[in-house]
Amino acid sequence: MLSKSTHDIAASFSRRGVLAATAGLVLGLASLTGAKAADDTIKVGVLHSLSGTMAISETTLKDTILFLIDEQNKKGGVLGKKLEAVVVDPASNWPLFAEKARELITKDKVAAVFGCWTSVSRKSVLPVFKELNNILFYPVQYEGEESERNVFYTGAAPNQQAIPAVDYLMKEEKVKRWVLAGTDYVYPRTTNKILEAYLKSKGVAQEDIMINYTPFGHSDWQTIVADIKKFGSAGKKTAVVSTINGDANVPFYKELGNQGIKAKDIPVVAFSVGEEELAGIDTKPLVGHLAAWNYFESIKTKDGSNEKFIKDWQTYTKNPKRVTNDPMEAHVIGFNMWVKAVEKVKSTDPDKVIDALPGIEAPNLTGGVSKMLPNHHITKPVFIGEIKGNGQFDVVWKTPGLVAGDAWSKELDGSKDLIGDWVGKKCGNFNTKTNKCLGSGS
Amino acid sequence: MPAYLSARLCSLALSLLLIAFALPAFAGPFEDGVAKFANDDFSDTEEAIGAVASSGNKLAFPIISALQDGRLMADPDSKKVYVTGTDGKSIDAATGEAVASVPDSASAVRLNNRLRRSVDAALGGLTLQSPDVGTRLQAAQSVFKSHEETALDAVDAALAKESNRAVKTALGEARAAILLFKSDATEVEKLEAVATLKARGDQEALALLTGMGDQPASVTKAAAGAIGSIQNSLAVWSMVQNAWYGLSLGSVLLLAAIGLAITFGVMGVINMAHGEMVMLGAYTTFVVQEVIRTRYPGLFDYSLLIAVPLAFLVAGAIGVLIERSIIRFLYGRPLETLLATWGLSLVLQQAVRTMFGPTNREVGNPSWMSGAFELGQITITYNRLWILLFTLAVFAILLAMLRYTALGLEMRAVTQNRRMAASMGIATSRVDALTFGLGSGIAGIAGVALSQIDNVSPNLGQSYIIDSFMVVVFGGVGNLWGTLVGAFTLGIANKFLEPVAGAVLGKIAILVLIILFIQKRPRGLFALKGRAVEA
Repeated sequence: MLSKSTHDIAASFSRRGVLAATAGLVLGLASLTGAKAADDTIKVGVLHSLSGTMAISETTLKDTILFLIDEQNKKGGVLGKKLEAVVVDPASNWPLFAEKARELITKDKVAAVFGCWTSVSRKSVLPVFKELNNILFYPVQYEGEESERNVFYTGAAPNQQAIPAVDYLMKEEKVKRWVLAGTDYVYPRTTNKILEAYLKSKGVAQEDIMINYTPFGHSDWQTIVADIKKFGSAGKKTAVVSTINGDANVPFYKELGNQGIKAKDIPVVAFSVGEEELAGIDTKPLVGHLAAWNYFESIKTKDGSNEKFIKDWQTYTKNPKRVTNDPMEAHVIGFNMWVKAVEKVKSTDPDKVIDALPGIEAPNLTGGVSKMLPNHHITKPVFIGEIKGNGQFDVVWKTPGLVAGDAWSKELDGSKDLIGDWVGKKCGNFNTKTNKCLGSGS
Repeated sequence: MPAYLSARLCSLALSLLLIAFALPAFAGPFEDGVAKFANDDFSDTEEAIGAVASSGNKLAFPIISALQDGRLMADPDSKKVYVTGTDGKSIDAATGEAVASVPDSASAVRLNNRLRRSVDAALGGLTLQSPDVGTRLQAAQSVFKSHEETALDAVDAALAKESNRAVKTALGEARAAILLFKSDATEVEKLEAVATLKARGDQEALALLTGMGDQPASVTKAAAGAIGSIQNSLAVWSMVQNAWYGLSLGSVLLLAAIGLAITFGVMGVINMAHGEMVMLGAYTTFVVQEVIRTRYPGLFDYSLLIAVPLAFLVAGAIGVLIERSIIRFLYGRPLETLLATWGLSLVLQQAVRTMFGPTNREVGNPSWMSGAFELGQITITYNRLWILLFTLAVFAILLAMLRYTALGLEMRAVTQNRRMAASMGIATSRVDALTFGLGSGIAGIAGVALSQIDNVSPNLGQSYIIDSFMVVVFGGVGNLWGTLVGAFTLGIANKFLEPVAGAVLGKIAILVLIILFIQKRPRGLFALKGRAVEA
């Protein structure tokens, strides 16, 4: 294309004229982009996989940030400047996440980065953010046990998702026997460790807990579903707590439906299944199965903020069927908190913004106001939703107020005395028993 | 007859009449119950279900079945409740009178799992004497599950009238379940109940027997015996179940690998893009279903039959294109072929991701692919059964094609001795292209079947490529029968290891076994002998 048009031009102009014109064009372009980058815009990094296995989940989050930046620019940007997104593709490749993060910070000089999905990708970029002192907003529910100065966790910690879900099943459904089923990696393993300790503290016997791990992308669920059925026929009400990761869920739920396990017999509560995942399956056999999140698309708000967000999002993506989900809401909250913090200190300097963020409040999409805590986690409401026939959720229970995220689980022996406090103690893992910072200080 | 007595009789008759017609002016427990549906509170709804179900009112059945289907509408403002029929006409739930339309402010009464169980129990009690045999059987089964004491009279009444054998057995079991949990049932009744449950002998019976709580000593002893015998028979059944699961997993492995058995096994091309051909087949199914959904919804049950030839053509055509444009330049250079096809697989994945989006696409199961049936004490799901049969059919057709058609003969000739075949006048490069197309087309067909049990996403193929190579190498390169035996061996071994070692360790154990096996027999289960090996 390009070479052809150059030929056409060359045919109609003299050689010298073309050279001059090209030179002028290049100079003009250079000055245009240079000026733009230096003065007019604040750059924001977007570090989400657009190819590879995680693209299925992360592409939506990239679109979310672009949408939020677009909306913010319509309102006049930040500090009188327009925001500019720098999108890179770490391609679901964990070491590449670190490289791309370095590129965003050193080459593109972004003011903050929104990104990552899996815990392993977050762990991979951590040293980069520490070394180059920048800010990462991490929008996905995760296993906790971390509080870093450069990272702000806008997704749920275990006490904002897993524990309330188990409480609901115990109280509402009178569940006595538990299957903890998960994909074999760090998030399910840590979450199940926390849940096992919690259940035992509530008097559940060891033989009433069955823990099961499956490989990534597991597709043959016949044996495990049959095992669950068997485990559930011991005369006690049984439920499955699922930390099964994205892709493996579809065959899992299909097998449940086909083997005739209904939600009213053995309910499954999932922590990784949202509106986006349900878009790929026929949900009629799944009606009544549960999910625990901090946001559902179906939530009606008094001030109409969720309805407006969904409408704007569908207009922006030009797709009236596009769904919204929990990690998207986390990005909305995180983005608005960052904007507020920047406007408060009138600078995008990471050090100033990091110090300003704790205490900043931003409305969430379910009618409440979330607050950034000193441990860099936020307050969130917890909802339990039942899957409906149309792929949406019907909220059947919610916490009375907002729940503050715990960076360190109170259930685990290794972490119950730890707190993260970047305001008073300036430390991510402060031991309240010994009054010592265990190394993650600033 | 004294005047006051006759007056009372009169008023009794009158009030009975009134209840029978359920006039709105008299707010009885039924009307109170119905009104509670409008409160949008799960506990109130539960009370309402109980009140309506035990009222004996004619409207009880339509109301509760409407509640089950989400057709019971409640208006939170006027506290009125409506039943919308399946025909779209609505009645006032409290009076049974027809209404022109349900107000816009009304919404369906919500349910949660606890309420769904109450609805099932209530409907079970209400439909025990339904004229339809299927409904009666279902009713008896839901009474068995809920085993509420209140349903005992209804069960006894139904049992006296029942003539169908299956329903009679189910009712007997429901009665046994109720009696087992009834605190004032006699010891003889309970012993009979245990015997009935022992005869039923499935997991649900086991659940009732293990969870029955404190009982007289003789009953506990009988129950322990029954539990032992049920557990023994279930243990035998679980072996059968593992074997079936193994066959089913084997059929999926075979289906995924069978195309590779041609491109890799017969032609010797290390085709890393094989999985993507499977994925293209799955996406073809998606496109076919989309067209059917929007244009010809009546044909949905045939969507897979339409998709099979199309998937074969799409994947086959792309296969021929790949062979002509890339692979034919790389024959005899396995390392370069590996890298080129690996790159190609990434290109195809990203192309599909760009065209269809990164998220899963919904491929529906036709009605004949959904659900399951019970065979003894194991559950056999229809989709797995059909995939097994389909795989065997594909295998048989492929085998027949290689053996009995001219193209099959040419393919065998070219792979056995290329130069000799060429001197006999066979256009070897054309045969190469067609063979590769055939292998790819069969991978496409596999995609149609796999779309029924797995995600339809750009990553679909990646999860099958390793397994496919494993099956072909294990079975013996170049031998279709080897692929068949290899797939089923691996499937069954995997399914017998999984309950013992868990899914993750089971898979690792299989890989270790294959490595050891390949050390001993480098050419797989069924090694080709003779000149072809050296060629």
